[in-house]
Amino acid sequence: MFDSLTGRLSDVFDRLRKRGALSEADVDAALRDVRVALLEADVALSVVRDFIAKAKADAMGENVLRSVTPGQMVIKVVNDALIEMLGGEAEELNMMAVPPVGIMLVGLQGSGKTTTAAKIGLRLQTRDRKKVMMASLDTQRPAAQEQLKILGEQAEVATLPVIPGQGPVDIAKRALEAARLGGYDVVLYDTAGRLSIDEALMGEMSQIRTAVDPHETLLVADAMTGQDAVNVAERFHETAGLTGIVLTRVDGDGRGGAALSMRAVTGCPIKLIGVGEKLDELEEFHPERIANRILGMGDVVSLVEKAAETIDQEEAEALAKKIQKGQFDLEDMSKQLQQMRKMGGLSGLMDMLPGAGKMKDQMAKANIDERMIGQQEAIISSMTKKERSRPKLIHASRKRRIAAGSGTTVQDVNKLLKQFQTMSKVMKRMSKMGKKGMMRQGLQGLMPGMSNSPF
Amino acid sequence: MNATSWLGRLKAGLTKTSSQIGGGIADIFRKRRLDDAAIQELEDLLITSDLGLDAAARLVGNLKKTRFGKEVSDQEVRAALATDIADILSPIAIPLEIDVARKPHVVLVVGVNGSGKTTTIGKFARLYKAQGLDVMLAAGDTFRAAAVEQLKIWGERTGCPVISGKAEGDAAGLAYEALQQATSRGADVLLIDTAGRLHNKADLMAGLEKINRVLKKLDESAPHDCLLVLDATIGQNAHNQVEAFRDIVSVSGLVLTKVDGSSKGGVLVALSERFGLPVHAIGVGEGAEDLQPFEAGAYARSLMGLD
Repeated sequence: MFDSLTGRLSDVFDRLRKRGALSEADVDAALRDVRVALLEADVALSVVRDFIAKAKADAMGENVLRSVTPGQMVIKVVNDALIEMLGGEAEELNMMAVPPVGIMLVGLQGSGKTTTAAKIGLRLQTRDRKKVMMASLDTQRPAAQEQLKILGEQAEVATLPVIPGQGPVDIAKRALEAARLGGYDVVLYDTAGRLSIDEALMGEMSQIRTAVDPHETLLVADAMTGQDAVNVAERFHETAGLTGIVLTRVDGDGRGGAALSMRAVTGCPIKLIGVGEKLDELEEFHPERIANRILGMGDVVSLVEKAAETIDQEEAEALAKKIQKGQFDLEDMSKQLQQMRKMGGLSGLMDMLPGAGKMKDQMAKANIDERMIGQQEAIISSMTKKERSRPKLIHASRKRRIAAGSGTTVQDVNKLLKQFQTMSKVMKRMSKMGKKGMMRQGLQGLMPGMSNSPF
Repeated sequence: MNATSWLGRLKAGLTKTSSQIGGGIADIFRKRRLDDAAIQELEDLLITSDLGLDAAARLVGNLKKTRFGKEVSDQEVRAALATDIADILSPIAIPLEIDVARKPHVVLVVGVNGSGKTTTIGKFARLYKAQGLDVMLAAGDTFRAAAVEQLKIWGERTGCPVISGKAEGDAAGLAYEALQQATSRGADVLLIDTAGRLHNKADLMAGLEKINRVLKKLDESAPHDCLLVLDATIGQNAHNQVEAFRDIVSVSGLVLTKVDGSSKGGVLVALSERFGLPVHAIGVGEGAEDLQPFEAGAYARSLMGLD
């Protein structure tokens, strides 16, 4: 989501790096660009002002201007200020309370509360082994209660039975009672979306809070929110006493300025981020990693973690053995493609790699996208087992059959085979490097003509 | 729809909006010379309304040309800005025209998740029904849980039949079937709901393109309108949304929702300059009647805290 901001800032920083000594005017000019970049990323103006003031004070310090590489130091100052603004350490949901621990979700209409409720429910139940009950207090939007019920069934998380005509405060009380009696560890309250200026509904929210006294009150907010993010966050914080923020649609291409704004005005940590439509696509928020992403330094930590999560250890070892024997075949290539997809696809991976921000544009220009992975998988699955283990068998008529079966052209099949050859050649060469190196090679093999890429 | 109800509703909806920006301008210009500092503050105010850097700079640039160095009252500044904004917006304030000869006039409604597509369809259904048209709805959001139920409730409220398939079914297939049914029924309008999707997801956007393609098999000219629903709380990302949806399904017009919140939807000014897409309506509440035609002058004046 931070792509464009990243692009802008790296231009600014490239200019700074080239400079030797810096004057106050140089710093001012650079910070003016940073200001524009932040505003274009929808960071609230008041927050931008504070940020620039702080960054300038730090940057004008003697040890910066007199250092050997003042440009580098200014970049560091901006980076540090950014991390600070995003909240330093990662903070998890606080479960340290007498069960059932109440978690209330609040926010504007359409910010993603109900989906987030189900995601949190699923996460607490599977990851933290908590017994979770969800209750929809949304009596405003048609079929909202039905929506949570269906999501509960999908996630296998219990939901409070719906009693038509019951008001939000009563539902909340009933949920708490039911959770107590049923021995639940957590009770999630999904409230109706409301405007921050709707006095009546804001009052109702505060009544709910008083009635059930939730341990966590989370503001669910869209990552694409504009300047108003500060007002919304402030109003909800005043009325509901927020303990944290959940940022949704982080998988969009919004520049994410709202994250900075809301964190800054409420002082509440961003605890979780929604990164997809599926119920398991909820992640914890790591300020330092996101700050690095913004500044174009990549997020290698996330990449490694993701790899560890998704790669099947045994499968990887089996593959490594095959490669050492020089037996890498199309079946293995197909598995690698699947793995890449599991890790968030090409773009998901690119986001986490240092300096990849600019490469993404190149890739877009070269027509390399997610569809290509799917297409290649389709081609391989249109082959017979024999063909997959002995690609040399694949001659003209077989190619035509494969192309027809996968809805591609013979050229596409040729391209894949060529890529496979290159890959297996490289595989042989790096068989000594083990599985980590291999995984990366798989990525590069997909990018013809880009072998000079920075990783 | 009479004029008082339009003004009353918009005003009620925009009260907070206008008092905020209006109040801000009043602070700056209480009998003050329009100098560089004042210009900067004014520009900042427009930025906080999501107008974006370029649009804000251009608007204050205009003001600077004509009034720089003069003593100005806040009323004058507001009126001048409102006029300039209205000038930008008035070419795109165009209501959605239904051609009853088409039987049905097909309207495809698209947008990112949570922008307010289903609610907007419910409101349009009420509007056209009240005009005596025969309206049908198609529950094309087969992805989100209970989205079909939500549209069905709107169907009941407005007395319009809803075509729906099974959950997680094929949205394009459903759209095709809905158009067939609407045609044989001789309905005047067919409003097709779609699942919310982020505009940067190629596969989901391809699904939308498929709906478009499938409709054309039955009627070369369908969909006759494609509405992109934008949430007024959105910031500069609106540019990317309009661009992406326009490229995939040739968006013909915009609907701005949740304008009754504290957010200004100011990005519309920049969108207007860049894309020139008509704004057909704005949403100012959760009720069926809370859909209003977009009127540039009234909107601009309300935005600036006038009237």
